[in-house]
Amino acid sequence: MRHFSYQRAASVEDAVRAGPGAAFLAGGTSLVDLMKLEVLNPSRLVDVSRLDLRGIEARPDGLRIGACATNSEVAAHPEVKRRFPVLSEALLSGASPQLRNVATVAGNLMQRTRCAYYRDLATACNKREPGSGCAALEGWTRMHAILGGSERCIALHPSDMCVAMAALQAVIHVRGPNGDRDIPFGDFHLLPGDHPEREFALEPGELVLSVFIPFSAAGMRSRYVKVRDRASYAFALASCAAGLEIASGKIRAAQLALGGVGTKPWRVPEAEQALQGQSPERVAFQRAAEIAVRGAQTRRDNAFKMELARRTAVRALTLAAEGA
Amino acid sequence: MKNIGDPLPRVDGPAKVTGAARYAYEWQVPGMAYAVLVTSNTARGRVLEVDASAATREPGVLAVLTPQNAMRLPGPTQGEPPDRVVQALQDDRVYFSNQPVAVAVADTFERAVHAALMVRIRSEPARHTVRLEDELANAVPHDLIAGGRSIPADEARGDVARGLREADARVEQTYETPPETHNPMEPHATVAVWEAPDRLTVYDSTQWVFAVQRKLARAFAMPKENVHVIAKFVGGAFGSKGSPWSHVLLTAMAAKQVGRPVKLALMRPHMFGMVGGRPHTRQKLALGARKDGRLTALSHQSASATSRFDVFVEGCALQARHLYACPNIESKHRIVRLDIGTPTFMRAPGEASGSFALESALDELAVALDLDPLELRLKNHAEKDPIEDRPFSSKSLRACYAEGARRFGWEKRSARPRAQTREGMLVGMGMATAAYPGNFAPAQALARMNADGTALVQSGMLEVGNGAYTVMRQVAADALGLPVEKVRFDLGDSTMPEAPITAGSISTASVGSAVLLVCRALRQRLEQMGASGAASYAEVVQRAGGAPIEERSKAAPGEERKRYTMLGHGAQFAEVLVDPELGMVRVARLVGAFACGRVLNARLARSQLMGGMVWGIGMALHEHSVYDEKLGRIISRDLADYHVASNADVQSIEPILVEEEDTVVDPAGVKGMGEIGTCGAAAAIANAVFNATGRRIRSLPITPDNLL
Repeated sequence: MRHFSYQRAASVEDAVRAGPGAAFLAGGTSLVDLMKLEVLNPSRLVDVSRLDLRGIEARPDGLRIGACATNSEVAAHPEVKRRFPVLSEALLSGASPQLRNVATVAGNLMQRTRCAYYRDLATACNKREPGSGCAALEGWTRMHAILGGSERCIALHPSDMCVAMAALQAVIHVRGPNGDRDIPFGDFHLLPGDHPEREFALEPGELVLSVFIPFSAAGMRSRYVKVRDRASYAFALASCAAGLEIASGKIRAAQLALGGVGTKPWRVPEAEQALQGQSPERVAFQRAAEIAVRGAQTRRDNAFKMELARRTAVRALTLAAEGA
Repeated sequence: MKNIGDPLPRVDGPAKVTGAARYAYEWQVPGMAYAVLVTSNTARGRVLEVDASAATREPGVLAVLTPQNAMRLPGPTQGEPPDRVVQALQDDRVYFSNQPVAVAVADTFERAVHAALMVRIRSEPARHTVRLEDELANAVPHDLIAGGRSIPADEARGDVARGLREADARVEQTYETPPETHNPMEPHATVAVWEAPDRLTVYDSTQWVFAVQRKLARAFAMPKENVHVIAKFVGGAFGSKGSPWSHVLLTAMAAKQVGRPVKLALMRPHMFGMVGGRPHTRQKLALGARKDGRLTALSHQSASATSRFDVFVEGCALQARHLYACPNIESKHRIVRLDIGTPTFMRAPGEASGSFALESALDELAVALDLDPLELRLKNHAEKDPIEDRPFSSKSLRACYAEGARRFGWEKRSARPRAQTREGMLVGMGMATAAYPGNFAPAQALARMNADGTALVQSGMLEVGNGAYTVMRQVAADALGLPVEKVRFDLGDSTMPEAPITAGSISTASVGSAVLLVCRALRQRLEQMGASGAASYAEVVQRAGGAPIEERSKAAPGEERKRYTMLGHGAQFAEVLVDPELGMVRVARLVGAFACGRVLNARLARSQLMGGMVWGIGMALHEHSVYDEKLGRIISRDLADYHVASNADVQSIEPILVEEEDTVVDPAGVKGMGEIGTCGAAAAIANAVFNATGRRIRSLPITPDNLL
């Protein structure tokens, strides 16, 4: 571990002031791990874990979740379970109880890839060291993205929570040196393109304060399905967050996002639109699933993800249609 | 009074859960320095330069050992074979990725970690191969070592080709098991303290203090008495700590070079390559049978990976020699050299990986013959060893089949795949035979009666989670006629009477026998001195002057090993639930019935078997050291990427102890239980997956993508 300075922020303003050039520390489950590996080497840490950013608050039109609420707190919150079962399920399907007790919502938004090459300093990685190349492209790709990749990076986005939030069309509220702003969920994570080292649409010094999730009928009838190599403490081979609003036997609105397949949480509005007006039945689900994985590029070890993701989406939509 | 067999809870349990039990890395000595390994990124080649200039300028850094500046060892780095060949900075050669190429030493652990990360290695890579398939054509026969004995690579009886020609049904298939890595909770750790220029004390996480002692003594050209090795508790080992690896020498070298005691622990990524692992295997099975199920041919040919510089042979085809009655048998072992670290014994070495292939093939044969898989095995039950043509010292396999099938509810199985569902999941049932040798190696022990009527018994075996402190105390108490509270058993010290390696299901049988014999001898001597019953021991010792009365004994196998085949047996039954669309497999139930001679402690025996069976779940569904072939490097290098079964993967595990008396195998009548729980487990699960889905998976692990 390299030398670094540590500062405990006394207030949000204090944190934002100290922010540019520093890394914010909350639960530390990702950041500290990567610092030990020397994958991330911030010279300054600003600890925001003690700031009053933990609240979960119901508003008339949605739920506001504080940036430092832990995964466990959010998953267990009655309003989350009632309004967004998919979010609770996604959180509980991730990591282990110990990790969920300290990992935070904002930390999870900024969770780094689990790409084995990114984490191994002995290998080339454009995300870790821009311009060094990508060992994954010709390497072991079973846990790599089939959607959203580039010739420079195919690192998978590993979060479960983010898949649910993408489907729910959450909005991320941040504060920076230039004031407050809201970032739609779909814009928060960047595709790797030519610059896989740029991962988030955050300006220097910007601090996530909260996530707002709008209430919706589809959100109340939502489910998360995760396929993984073991029953617990495993990243998704494929996952799907799906929510349906059904009226008079037809789908009025749909929410759909895939995990385990994309370089970012993979929401496909076209697939959601394709479900609108359809009967909540298998044939419609299969069509939506087909649209959701359009454009996928598979490699030697991850060709199975295409079919697995489709099946996972059909399962999640089927469960959502069956209702709570 | 009865001690043997009692389900006595672990006597060291409270010490372990409160942290009082001291593991290797926890020994503290004044002036301690800390060492951290730097390992190679290339899989083959030479180290051209180790640039440690920046690292050594950092505060607190005492030294960075490199191939250039490391002390030259006066003796060989390999102990007496089969001790492993290791790399200890004696030259610039790189044989595998993750080989130690430097050691950073500092006054704190954190500074050593920091220094290690600052060391820059420049190497000249050479072309490497880590893929078994690429070198299969160069596979060569090699004898193997199992249970402390040398065993020929090939054995045969009859004419397999003819047997196959005469068969009504044949199965000829290839099965594969992946490279796996032991990952005990406690990574390897060593503390080296030079008490004098030629006297060394080492605290080590090991399965064999005497091997550590011998290796260090040879390498540093000292009498072995000058090396004192201590290991009071070991946090899991599973074979990976059976041979002292490079870090043991490197820690002692570092301590010598900086003139301070040094401690070193492997970090989790270091576990992958330099301390063994189960080798990748490819196994060809050919079975032939008559319509009624009787085998006419059984051929098991195994190729397993080893390193370029040392040999380990996974004994996959050994069971084929002893398990089933068949007139025509062949069993062959080949090794394939790759640019990898040398593999080693991993829980049920050979038997675990071999039984996956053999017992899967038998399941395929049962399908081909339209026979119940259990019936097929009963039809071919061996009444005597089919190759050696000699009796078994004891064999209760029929009882294992019967008891296991009854408790499991085997009669509820549908022979047709995909015939049963439960809550939308496909239900499958499968079974397999388990067998593991009743190993016995020479072991010594001492027993001492104190003037207060308490006894001390010692042998240099190890506590690796096996329950040694508890079980040996029970054996001793039983032989002496004392309550267990009056007996202390101590272990894990090279100054104690010599014990064999605590591995290979050897040590409970062997040390248990030595403890039994020495305690009997002590009792006899006390009786000769006038003792009548345990209550009078104190008085007898006091009358004789009060000095403790001591006996030493040795237990060793004899001619009976040539007259009998000695195997523990078992039957494994698995029920799996498979998601028909998403391919996820859950092992809902695993029932195993095992007969392994005398049970010394029913609670700990069940724990051993349960652990072995859980290991089988990991083998069937999870474990896989993934190589990046281009880099020649294992890239699943942490416990998030290298999967073992999590708690949620382990549902109902039911080990059953089947009574068995064996008066031949060893004086204690014990066949070790450390491995047999793993044998057959992966095959039973794979066979259940076939029963659930109709898909035959011949390559482990079985992951969702295999079942789409």
